[in-house]
Amino acid sequence: MSIKQISVFLENRPGMLKEMTSVLAAHKIDMRALSIAETKDFGIARLVVDDAYQAINILKESSFVANLTPVLAVAVPDEPGGLDNLLGIFSDAQVNIEYMYAFIGGKEAKHAYLIFRVADTKAAEARLASKGLRLMTQEDIANI
Amino acid sequence: MERYYQPEIECASREEIRTIQEERLKAQVRHVWENVPYYRRKMEEKGVTPDDIQTLEDLSKLPFLSKSDLRDAYPYGLLGVPLKDCVRIQSTSGTTGKRVVAFYTPHDIDLWEDCCARAIVAAGGTDEDVCQVSYGYGLFTGGPGLNGGSHKVGCLTVPTSSGNTDRQIMFIMDLSTTILCCTPSYAAYLGERMKEMGYGPDDIPLKAGIFGAEAWSEEMRQDIQRTLGIKAYDIYGLTELSGPGVSFECSAQAGMHINEDHFIAEIIDPDTCEVLPEGAQGELVFTAIDKEAFPMIRYRTRDICSLTREKCSCGRTHVRMTKPKGRSDDMLIIRGVNVFPSQIETVLLNHGYAANYQIIVDRVNNTDTLDVQVEMTPEMFTDNIGEVEERQRQLVDGLKSMLGIKAKVSLVAPKSITRSEGKAVRIIDKRKI
Repeated sequence: MSIKQISVFLENRPGMLKEMTSVLAAHKIDMRALSIAETKDFGIARLVVDDAYQAINILKESSFVANLTPVLAVAVPDEPGGLDNLLGIFSDAQVNIEYMYAFIGGKEAKHAYLIFRVADTKAAEARLASKGLRLMTQEDIANI
Repeated sequence: MERYYQPEIECASREEIRTIQEERLKAQVRHVWENVPYYRRKMEEKGVTPDDIQTLEDLSKLPFLSKSDLRDAYPYGLLGVPLKDCVRIQSTSGTTGKRVVAFYTPHDIDLWEDCCARAIVAAGGTDEDVCQVSYGYGLFTGGPGLNGGSHKVGCLTVPTSSGNTDRQIMFIMDLSTTILCCTPSYAAYLGERMKEMGYGPDDIPLKAGIFGAEAWSEEMRQDIQRTLGIKAYDIYGLTELSGPGVSFECSAQAGMHINEDHFIAEIIDPDTCEVLPEGAQGELVFTAIDKEAFPMIRYRTRDICSLTREKCSCGRTHVRMTKPKGRSDDMLIIRGVNVFPSQIETVLLNHGYAANYQIIVDRVNNTDTLDVQVEMTPEMFTDNIGEVEERQRQLVDGLKSMLGIKAKVSLVAPKSITRSEGKAVRIIDKRKI
């Protein structure tokens, strides 16, 4: 089960990221995770929010170029070796990771959450499931 | 079926056109000799008198006029009639130096409006049409010219002038406007805005657009035609000669017919001033042969194009000019290479980017730099940074192969480049030369 990440194009100039967060704040969008990839010319903000569809609509209305990207989200115990164990499953399942980012916290203590972008989301889901891994749903994310 | 505003002239035989031109040229040269001391002096310097001008071939004996002559003679030095006979002036924006102020007698306005009426009919206009003129009204010739042409055709004329985009769209939708006249960059902007508002090409009542006053590419035409669901016609003109309508496109969309009963066109080598044969590319030079107040003989337009007298499928016999590659005012010389903004536009559209762009030229350590700022579009965006960079690289390669020099491409936020309501500001030249 994949979840929706919002990817947003950000021109490289002061205040650009703030413009995006102001739009989200004005519409009470609650962010779960945020990561920014950058080159020297531009950046791409990747975010996971409580309501992905509402967020993408308001970003587009505010003239941002943004799209929804399927990503895999996994919760692991927040303890040494947690990520290592998880990546062992990815490795066994032969799933190649394009990029990933992590966040800790939420209502349920002692958990870390990991977001993965993989090339073939559907195939990766099936292979990871066969290794007994539980992927988070959009609902799980909203409830964190 | 092709329709004409003045078929007897627009479809006249080449012999008839030649006869009209020679007759009018002889009279015009005499008019200028007798009434415009500035040009008479130029003729005397070259040792030419009106008696030397008998046929079209004699045209090349006459001296040229250029923008600097207009500057020197500003404001009244090229006037061909007493001021009391003039009823109007029009003027250029003066973005490339001193303003040009052109004068008109009632006759001059009449022939100008005829030319615009021919363009409207060539775009399919009839007295059943609603023609919205979104060119600026006032000193700029765009609004008054097309307004006059639209009246002559009998269209219901909607003089919105430029600007206030939402009101423009309201009129288009509420009045079922069928013909839109404005600059191509404004047409593209209107299309973009209407798309955002949820209007598809089938919802938009427009059927044709007459777009001019700035250089635009074939790709941009396709783009506008698709978004608005129309056929887009090019129109060309200069304030010095009258305004829009010096030449215009027909249904063939294959070059613009020059109104040869009013204007004689030549193509010259811009460096040697030698007249070039038909088909050769060079600088366009016009002689107005039927104007009273502001006669122009061999006026150098600085527009680069070529001419053809090949038969046109529309039935018009007047010579066609290709879309100018750009006014030499717009031409940039970057690291010694001639660059036209229209070339950059072609590459952008071919690579899936919007036609809204800005070119920033600067000089760093004595080397010219060319930075093309392009707005990111939903089509070109992915969450994968490598892929976005790859597309950016393809664009850099595309520009390199079109222009012959390397340009930097900067991807900027959508809508961050100012939309223009008149002529688009495409070039920012920061070089201090």
